[in-house]
Amino acid sequence: MEPFHAVKGRAIPLNRRDVDTDQIIPAKYLKRIERTGYGPFAFESWRKDPDFVLNNPAYAGAPVLLAKQNFGSGSSREHAVWALDGLGVRVVIAPSFADIFKSNSFQGGLLTLELPDEDIDYLIARAEELPESELEVDLESQTVRAVDRSWERRFEIDPFKKYRLLRGLNDIAMTLEYKDDIDKFEATRPAFLPAKRSS
Amino acid sequence: MAEPRTLSEKIWEAHAVSSPLQEEARRRALTEAGQTEAESMLGQRPELLYIDLHLVHEVTSAQAFEGLRLAGREVRRPDLTLATVDHNVPTLDRDKPWPDPLSVQQAAVMSGNAAEFEVPFFGISDQRQGIVHVIGPEQGLTQPGMTIVCGDSHTSTHGAFGALAIGIGTSEVEHVLVTQTLRQVRPQTMAIEVEGRLPEGISAKDIILSIIRTIGVGGGTGHVVEYRGEAIRALSMEGRMTVCNMSIEAGARAGLVAPDDTTFAYVEGRPFAPKGKEWEQALEHWRTLPSDADARFDKVVPLQAESIEPSVTWGTTPAQSVAVTGRVPDPDGFDDPTARELGKRSLTYMDLKPNTAIEDIGLDRVFIGSCTNSRIEDLRAAAAVARGYSVAASVQAMVVPGSGLVKAQAEAEGLDRVFLAAGFEWRDAGCSMCLGMNPDFLLPGERCASTSNRNFEGRQGAGGRTHLVSPEMAAAAAVAGHFVDIRSWRRN
Ligand code: SF4
Repeated sequence: MEPFHAVKGRAIPLNRRDVDTDQIIPAKYLKRIERTGYGPFAFESWRKDPDFVLNNPAYAGAPVLLAKQNFGSGSSREHAVWALDGLGVRVVIAPSFADIFKSNSFQGGLLTLELPDEDIDYLIARAEELPESELEVDLESQTVRAVDRSWERRFEIDPFKKYRLLRGLNDIAMTLEYKDDIDKFEATRPAFLPAKRSS
Repeated sequence: MAEPRTLSEKIWEAHAVSSPLQEEARRRALTEAGQTEAESMLGQRPELLYIDLHLVHEVTSAQAFEGLRLAGREVRRPDLTLATVDHNVPTLDRDKPWPDPLSVQQAAVMSGNAAEFEVPFFGISDQRQGIVHVIGPEQGLTQPGMTIVCGDSHTSTHGAFGALAIGIGTSEVEHVLVTQTLRQVRPQTMAIEVEGRLPEGISAKDIILSIIRTIGVGGGTGHVVEYRGEAIRALSMEGRMTVCNMSIEAGARAGLVAPDDTTFAYVEGRPFAPKGKEWEQALEHWRTLPSDADARFDKVVPLQAESIEPSVTWGTTPAQSVAVTGRVPDPDGFDDPTARELGKRSLTYMDLKPNTAIEDIGLDRVFIGSCTNSRIEDLRAAAAVARGYSVAASVQAMVVPGSGLVKAQAEAEGLDRVFLAAGFEWRDAGCSMCLGMNPDFLLPGERCASTSNRNFEGRQGAGGRTHLVSPEMAAAAAVAGHFVDIRSWRRN
């Protein structure tokens, strides 16, 4: 995974709550067996509305997505993260996220930032009024700010998460360092637990 | 005395490969050895949980297996893994070529990966094939006290057995395939207590829809929910599975019910259930699992069973539901501005006017199926309602059993004949119109009463309109052509 340090650019004001992963990427595109190429299908049905925010060329390629509470609810499809990545989104800022989406984002190096409702409302209003205004997100210092420095907040992030994102570390490689522990644990599992002979 | 613990805490602690204490020791060792601050941070990594059962399906696994291939890795415990095809499979004419070449490819990739990595696989021609969350319990693979994962958010279904069952994404699927462990940050605990007796005609689906309406679609975020109380204890395993299934619709990381004699009776004798002496050992262990009497939950939500009514969703999130005797609400009356805005958008999408009586809503389609409501008891309940009636002329109705074995059982009981005589279609097992990845989907504008779990925009097909209900309510709606109160239904 690519290390994550900082992102600077425009922000897309997706002024909706409970945005589910079926909207982010509809099921019919989950038949593909690759990890890339989902961008063009992101938010497909909402994009049929010419007034939908992603149809505004001012936000094309913007790396920050702003949304209301419970972003990424529903299906566990990691394709949602791949679709946002395909749109060029590197950071999603919302008051809250669904658990599975949050962990999928982390796996894919997409930063999910939680800020209070008032801050989100402010940022959405600002991005709607001034689409060209830019935000800067810096992981090392845990800050998000307007590029003109008129507004700044510190955000919280789990230190381990931060450590891993900054270095772009791979979970599987890290867990494999625990192979001995896993082996030891495995040897103590009760015999009544189900196991199949491979067919 | 040991600290009192909840069911989920007991399972968690019994599966933590690296406990916080071990982590602490490791961190100290690193610091003392003069390692950098960054490395000491490793002490805060999430805990590693050993996974007892990993269920795999075709939609969320291809990229994970590809990752193994690229890194030259193997599946650590194929014997603790089971794969099937369920999301894409056609439910008609399976012996003929499938209509969608992409579905054909995805299913072929699944069976190829299963063969290459020696993972047991229930393929399309295997009678045991079906929806992952139906076949695990059916085979006796889902047992109390286990940790279970699947690249699917409805993995919470398995919690009905008192297992800790967590839905994961594709990268985590790859992690589990390689290491048989999952990295998880310890969740918070929530108790939902459904006290009292369920009134006649009220099903498990109505319980969970009421719970979601009460706590909201994000109400369970970060929590493992334990469903408790008299009304939950009185449910069959099928009913408990329906409740646990939709935990994710309240945002919960998992949902579970303490194992009891109902659980043990369901598991006993199934193909992968312990036998003989091992059954006795397992039982002894399972009886220690329920939450200790004085265990504390981070949150407690009480609910009165007597107040639960047959529910119908009117909007585009599972929390937007109302009693069948009620009316479509007017979002203008909602206090929360974001709920107001969402409510208005939902009504526009659903093409409904505020204050419309739910029983006046007419239907084009009825879908009885999905991992929420496609088990034998669900089909029995729907058949009991449909028996001796005919599906309304304006409605196309289908019944899709959750597995090949459920289908066979239903046919042995003559349920297929009840459905067919009433004009329902009787299909082969799979996810089907729950998400419309196969040829079963709603056309734009079609309105459907569905026993599935998600009424999101476009979930059952672009532009389709979904109302979530119980199997009994769906069957009655198919006959009447609109929603009806199941409590006043005359059974033949
Ligand atoms: S039936 Fe529906 S919710 Fe259940 S696993 Fe299949 S697609 Fe997912």
